[in-house]
Amino acid sequence: MERTVAVETGPVTDVGEPAIALRRLRRDFGDRTALAGISARLEQGESLAVLGPNGSGKSTLLRVLAGLLRPSGGEVSVLGCPLPKETHRIRGRIGYLGDQPLLYRDLTVRENLDLAAALHRLNPEQADIRIQTLLEDIGMAHRAQDRVAELSAGMKQRVDICRAVLHSPDLLLLDEPDAHLDADARTRIQPLIAATPERSRVIVSHDRELATAGADVVLELR
Amino acid sequence: MSPFSALLRKDLRVELRTLRSLPAMALFAVSAFVIFRFGLDRTTLDGELAAGVLVPTLLFAALLAINRLFVAEREEGGFELIRLAPIDRTVLFAAKASALVIYLVILELIAVPIFALFFLDSASGLLPFALILLLTNVGLAATGTVISTIATMSSARDLLAPLILLPLLIPLVIAAAGAGEHLLAAGGPDYGRFGTWLALLGLYDLIFLLVGYATFDFLLED
Amino acid sequence: MANALRSISLRRLAIATVAVMGAGYLLAFLYAPEDANEGFAQKIFYLHVPLAIVSLLGFIVAAIWAIQHLRTGDSKYDARSYVSIHISVIFGLAVLLTGAIWAKGSWGVWWEWKEPTLVSFLIVFLLYATYYPLRYAIEDRDRQARYASVFAITAGAFVPLNFLAVRLAQPLIHPRTFSSTGGLPDSMLFPFLVCLAGMALLWATLVWFELDSKAASANLKRIRRALEATA
Repeated sequence: MERTVAVETGPVTDVGEPAIALRRLRRDFGDRTALAGISARLEQGESLAVLGPNGSGKSTLLRVLAGLLRPSGGEVSVLGCPLPKETHRIRGRIGYLGDQPLLYRDLTVRENLDLAAALHRLNPEQADIRIQTLLEDIGMAHRAQDRVAELSAGMKQRVDICRAVLHSPDLLLLDEPDAHLDADARTRIQPLIAATPERSRVIVSHDRELATAGADVVLELR
Repeated sequence: MSPFSALLRKDLRVELRTLRSLPAMALFAVSAFVIFRFGLDRTTLDGELAAGVLVPTLLFAALLAINRLFVAEREEGGFELIRLAPIDRTVLFAAKASALVIYLVILELIAVPIFALFFLDSASGLLPFALILLLTNVGLAATGTVISTIATMSSARDLLAPLILLPLLIPLVIAAAGAGEHLLAAGGPDYGRFGTWLALLGLYDLIFLLVGYATFDFLLED
Repeated sequence: MANALRSISLRRLAIATVAVMGAGYLLAFLYAPEDANEGFAQKIFYLHVPLAIVSLLGFIVAAIWAIQHLRTGDSKYDARSYVSIHISVIFGLAVLLTGAIWAKGSWGVWWEWKEPTLVSFLIVFLLYATYYPLRYAIEDRDRQARYASVFAITAGAFVPLNFLAVRLAQPLIHPRTFSSTGGLPDSMLFPFLVCLAGMALLWATLVWFELDSKAASANLKRIRRALEATA
């Protein structure tokens, strides 16, 4: 019933290809322009911080990069693939953390993560270990059998972060990853969402310090 | 586990846990039977009256499930979860339509015996009628899933789905009631035109499964 | 330049439409003989059946344009699909009205459930009437167009299936149909074909005209917005 989609694993972006390349990216919603000509470039392994006041289009930018929104104008290239033409090639290589958790309220933490693993076609045994490890890392292993509806906002956020990094993506797109988190939780998630040579990231944050710490490129939206 | 199985199991698991659709459908059907008893002022039904009460009632009960089919996807980020995954989006169509068929079969396993108890003198026509109902369920699921997706993304969602669906489902009513008229006849089941109705149902199912399969991707974009 | 040419062509089409329709109906009323059974009331056949055929073809054409829209993403196909459905729905309403008049003339009733074409048209009309609330209920322009196209394709696939189903639903004996086009004498067939051609031209003229006026008002809106932006 499903056609097999080839999912490349490991860093497949050619050396030299930027993780993200934007040229005058524009996104309109009817008459309203959310993004008016953004240009930026992010090399592999680097971290991009996106700053700006409410309503400046930060979340919109992230959604365009994730392939969830089509650009209205300009050029977008993610992991060497031009969007929207080759959006299908970046799915599975991107880890997206949006402004709302992508978790089913009536499923348990574990069931949600198992579902995400299945949707990304991960090997079940390996996924099992990875989920277990991630849950322990963020301190949610003891709540794995609880329904998401019973969790606090901070717990949902932590589980959502697990979901976003579960499939070892090449690019992380994080919209306010530290939202609702206390200091302890923030420390725990750092290693999960850090940029590494194999993994670039874009981080949107209100907290200037958090975002720009470790950022190689800063993009300020108005 | 394949993405299709994971999504189907998710739906069934959530329904089992929350029981949002099935009890309502069953109660609706039984209440409708009582209303018909008084509306028609009859305590037994056969032939065209039996079919004319049973088939529309099942159809209207199905609308309850169809209206709720994508609520979680819309409100809890399910659409995005699927759009981010490296899978063919048509898998969602297959999983949802299959879930709907399962709900309808369960509904009929409850409602049809009760209908027989209330109104029928003989249950001998019910087994072949079950085949008719199964094919009708597939057609309901195919069309219902597509229209439910369209309605879910609109602002008038509760009204729009029944409005668009009812004309679309008329061929199913014609076939199912046409067959029921003969199978539930007073003197015992009669197989006149049974093949014709099966063929019409089969044709409807084929066409709308194809339409759903071909167009579903476009419904999930952007 | 292109626009001037297009408006000349539209005018030519409109003239051709009037000419062919005029000829068709003159033939229908003056040349074609009266029907032995139904008398003068049967003449409405020359209006009702062409309306029906053209309306149905219009829905199929709309579905084809909808497929093109989904395949290419070009909004001009969405406009064509929308206008085709619009005109075909109006024609469909006319089918129902002329059908009622014909039924009254032939059988003395304003509605006849045993007339399969009339019933099928009622169902098709009810379906396509939901096209408008559907479009209005979706604000995002791109999504609205895409969903409308999926609807047009689904409904287009539905139309022939619906006709088949309604026909099957008729009692095997004593269906009550208007005189069919099969077995028409030449003296009736010829005017009928001319009327059919005229109706098709009318449909095309109305669609083209509406597309043009929509394009014009969209241009006007754009110019107005540009002026407001600079002001």
